[in-house]
Amino acid sequence: MSVRKTLSLDKLTVSFDGFKALNDLTLQVDPGELRCIIGPNGAGKTTMMDVITGKTRPDSGTATFGSDLNLLSMSEPEIAQAGIGRKFQKPTVFERLTVFENLELALAGDKSFFHTLFARRTPKQDKRIYEVLEIIGLTTQHQTEAGTLAHGQKQWLEIGMLMMQEPELLLVDEPVAGMTPQEIERTAELLLSLAGEHSVVVVEHDMDFVRSIAKRVTVLHEGHVIAEGDMDKVQKDPRVIEVYLGA
Amino acid sequence: MANYTLWISARRDTGTGWFLGSLALIVIAVAVLNQAVPASSSLHVGAYGLTLVGKYLCYALLALAVDLIWGYCGILSLGHAAFFSLGGYAMGMYLMRQIGTRGVYGDPILPDFMVFLNYKSLPWFWHGFNHFAFALAMMMVVPAALALLFGWFAFRSRVTGVYLSIITQALTYALMLAFFRNDMGFGGNNGFTDFKDILGFDLHSDKVRVVLLVITGIVLAVSYLICRAIVSSRAGRVLRAIRDAESRTRFLGYRVATYKTWVFVISAVLAGIAGALYVPQIGIINPSEFSPINSIEVVIWVAVGGRGTLYGAAAGALLVNYAKTYFTSSIPEAWNYALGALFVLVTLFLPRGIVGLVSGRARKLKNAEPLPAQAKQQEPVSK
Repeated sequence: MSVRKTLSLDKLTVSFDGFKALNDLTLQVDPGELRCIIGPNGAGKTTMMDVITGKTRPDSGTATFGSDLNLLSMSEPEIAQAGIGRKFQKPTVFERLTVFENLELALAGDKSFFHTLFARRTPKQDKRIYEVLEIIGLTTQHQTEAGTLAHGQKQWLEIGMLMMQEPELLLVDEPVAGMTPQEIERTAELLLSLAGEHSVVVVEHDMDFVRSIAKRVTVLHEGHVIAEGDMDKVQKDPRVIEVYLGA
Repeated sequence: MANYTLWISARRDTGTGWFLGSLALIVIAVAVLNQAVPASSSLHVGAYGLTLVGKYLCYALLALAVDLIWGYCGILSLGHAAFFSLGGYAMGMYLMRQIGTRGVYGDPILPDFMVFLNYKSLPWFWHGFNHFAFALAMMMVVPAALALLFGWFAFRSRVTGVYLSIITQALTYALMLAFFRNDMGFGGNNGFTDFKDILGFDLHSDKVRVVLLVITGIVLAVSYLICRAIVSSRAGRVLRAIRDAESRTRFLGYRVATYKTWVFVISAVLAGIAGALYVPQIGIINPSEFSPINSIEVVIWVAVGGRGTLYGAAAGALLVNYAKTYFTSSIPEAWNYALGALFVLVTLFLPRGIVGLVSGRARKLKNAEPLPAQAKQQEPVSK
């Protein structure tokens, strides 16, 4: 092994009542890489994210973050603190807090009760929040309750919250669902700008979008990786064609 | 947008100002009408009035405790009367030991009920309660310990929503049954009563009652400010985040169970203090204080006043209890129906409670001026 991986999943298996949501799944993500994961419904994409973030425990296999962090023995907050951020399929922002407060809560740092009870934002943190507001294009709405934002803006706010966490790895579940073409384009720019500094894993159904951002694509089917490589190669793969066009 | 920020904080301060102002007014007015107005005058407030207002203020503090966890963190406790009663019992134990030889049986150590039940010596957990400082500590430590234990198990196991509410209800019910038992050493069915004095001052004198009332008012005001500081802090915003999207908060790296446990403990301590202030003014504590209906009533006060505002909870406690006093003396059999109807109506038509109604009016008036959303350039929000 020459290059250190950001994320290594090895032979992960998860079954729900006999149904194997993940079946011997092996996947590696390099530092700074932007990886797209595609697959039909039920392919195990969301389950994979659940395992990585500690929401679901696998029956067997290993999941390692960085060189030696065993994700399977950590709780959700521990994993988040270690540097894995997640954006959910359905945009989940804190609707009754303002845009600014949403970003503030996502700030990296000590998140214990007694720390946040007395915490004051430093000028540096304020600056960072305004930078992110600028990037996600919500500067003028920063005092708006997040619940009143448009759908696309909520998606961006959630990506902004991921950026505030300064994670090494970002997991992004269907970022462009329900977006207009302009919004999709901006989201693509946003994700591309994040890669390099962070590793980004995007799960998406929208093939045009995947083609526009992905260098490497992994195809999941029935909880297993059936193809991996650049978009053109993957699209020519007979198994992928079979899975997508159906028998 | 700066206007918007200012407007929000101004509105918040208005609520706080109104609350603390009215509280001071009520306490001072009642104290003056008792002490300075002769008993022959129709304006005179007697001992009954004094204790009544004192009782309302204790209830307001209890409502504040419930609003802190329910309004801001979504924890619907239907068992807060348990913490209130534990605080009350701790105070009661001190007051019982103050009676000394003035009891019916004249035993210098054992309270009357122990002599009556043939206790030979003081149970171990009664030791120390002859010291006020120790009792004072126990009024807070006992509710806190129970809340910590309960919260530790319930919140770590991610028990939420209606299941959590049912467990809290079971908790207070179990305690009620336990305290009803004579062999528990807490006076069984009768609880504690016939208190004589507190720190050497006669509990039956109006002066002492006024002092207790003033202390209750001050404790309520300080507790309000502490709660306000908590909900305005970043931790307070985390609590609201937990209330609205618990698992999202977890994925941001917050230990939700720890947050819930601590705020539950703080709330239990406030409830315990409320109970401790209640007992010397009312003059009795017995196991019926633990009864499940009491905890449910607190939730109704908070809902009626307006949850998630703090002052709404306190106002709701005062209003509903005033109504209760009034109705239970004029048409007692109708009260429970009225209370139930009030809860249903408020839930259906006033989701933000009476406070929401008032501030909604205020906002309509303000909207005659330029809308806050139309204000242009923003500045960094100062915390």
